Amino acid sequence: MSVPNAAATEDLSSEMEVDAFRRLFPLRYFERHLAESIRSDGRPLREARDTSIFLGAVASANGSALVKIGSTTMLTAIKMEVMIPSLESPDEGCLAIDFHMPPICSPIVRPGRPAEAEPVVSKQLSDTITSSGMIDLRELSLVGGKAAWMAYLDIYCLDADGSLFDAALLSAVAALSHLQIPAVAMNDDGKIVLMSDEDGQKQAKEQVNKEKRKLTLKSIPLSLTCILHKNYILADPTAEEESIVETHVTIILDTSGQLISLYKPGGPVLAYTSAIQVSLHIAM
Amino acid sequence: MEIDRPDGRSPNQLRPLACSHSVLHRAHGSATWAQGETKVLAAVYGPKAGTKKNENPEKASIEVIWKPNTGHVGQADREYEMILKKTLESICIRTIYPNTTTSVIVQVVHDDGALLPCAINAACAALVDAGIPLRHLAVAICCSVTDNNSIILDPSKKEEEKSKAFAYLVFPNTTVSVVPEKSSQVGNDPMAHGIITSVTHGAMSVDDYLHCLERGRATTQRLSEFLRKNIAPKSTREASKAG
Repeated sequence: MSVPNAAATEDLSSEMEVDAFRRLFPLRYFERHLAESIRSDGRPLREARDTSIFLGAVASANGSALVKIGSTTMLTAIKMEVMIPSLESPDEGCLAIDFHMPPICSPIVRPGRPAEAEPVVSKQLSDTITSSGMIDLRELSLVGGKAAWMAYLDIYCLDADGSLFDAALLSAVAALSHLQIPAVAMNDDGKIVLMSDEDGQKQAKEQVNKEKRKLTLKSIPLSLTCILHKNYILADPTAEEESIVETHVTIILDTSGQLISLYKPGGPVLAYTSAIQVSLHIAM
Repeated sequence: MEIDRPDGRSPNQLRPLACSHSVLHRAHGSATWAQGETKVLAAVYGPKAGTKKNENPEKASIEVIWKPNTGHVGQADREYEMILKKTLESICIRTIYPNTTTSVIVQVVHDDGALLPCAINAACAALVDAGIPLRHLAVAICCSVTDNNSIILDPSKKEEEKSKAFAYLVFPNTTVSVVPEKSSQVGNDPMAHGIITSVTHGAMSVDDYLHCLERGRATTQRLSEFLRKNIAPKSTREASKAG
């Protein structure tokens, strides 16, 4: 059945409009481009899309960032709250990471039903941030055993156009770098309250946090997703490319060159490709 | 050896493996797979007619349901479902029965480290038990990198928690006579050296990861022998039951 089909598309392709060919035979459209070592948006095979980061996008949050990789857009906001630390780790604060894909981001996502990618990316993000050792949770502690910061990191996908994990990780890291921990003091009841500017005069309150401070970030994890099709490796796929090709690899390296994660669910790949990924990553 | 494992194993030694199949009577295929204390039960139902909305109707699709041993289904379980689905989709021949869904249900009986590899091995055995056409088998292994940069295979839960990083690797497994000569060479490595799936956790150097890959590949031989031995006798038993 496939042979007459191939002959038919060869004939039709010259008569059909490009858009129609793209919708009806996505794999052939894609492969025709690959044969010329180029992709449908004109990028060379190994090139990632333009990335832009805008810090402080949400003024009311303690830290925020808006990241765009091509058209994929992620907005992250961090909210800090004081909480009582757990008994097992009295000197550590807590970081809760949540990834949301609201229906605005893609026609596949419907309201009410969480997207398939949502819990997976969410878990991958929290795994990455804890295993990379970027944040020392002890920095989030206020009074040992009594009070610590709980940081809620919410990442909203505003436009899902491929490489969701890369954009989400970048926006989480950017927001954490932008995060300003508010100044707080302990009042007479032993409770922590936010310090406003006038309170600087009052002696009765113990200053727990002198001034707003930032978190120190150690090695920062950066990720790159690639898709593998036959013998080709393509970096930073768009949503259209991701839907055609089933095999993708996400590699996360940190700034000290350590491999945080190599995540690959899908078809077979060979070992030498990982060397290529490393060089790709450095290019990023 | 410099490594002192709490249960006295050498770094390359796997825990005792146990596999049984056709354990469930209503399921079309089922298998349990145990590596040491970690035990997983997998059941396969299918192929059933129809595919889910977002799936490609031109191919058979696989649906995975992961059930943890305690608690409600959480994010980690959804991630395992997705990994398992993608892995199994790459080993099944999906063009034979298009527009069908095969359900694989994985029930964790006990988790003592290397849970995902155990589940993948169990699912693969269950698929064979159900008679789903497969391109090749999959064998899964867990390698972990300890604090002094040595690599141990098949860690228990305690060893996993103490280690710097670990990787779950899944390798394809064919009988050499089946694969034709031409297709077995891609680039410099033969096809059997590819990895189907890799999930890592924790920071390790790139060299450590490549060593893990080598160790893992070397062990697939042992695992695949065990797997094939356990699934083979069934066919003769089935024939006698049917007859």
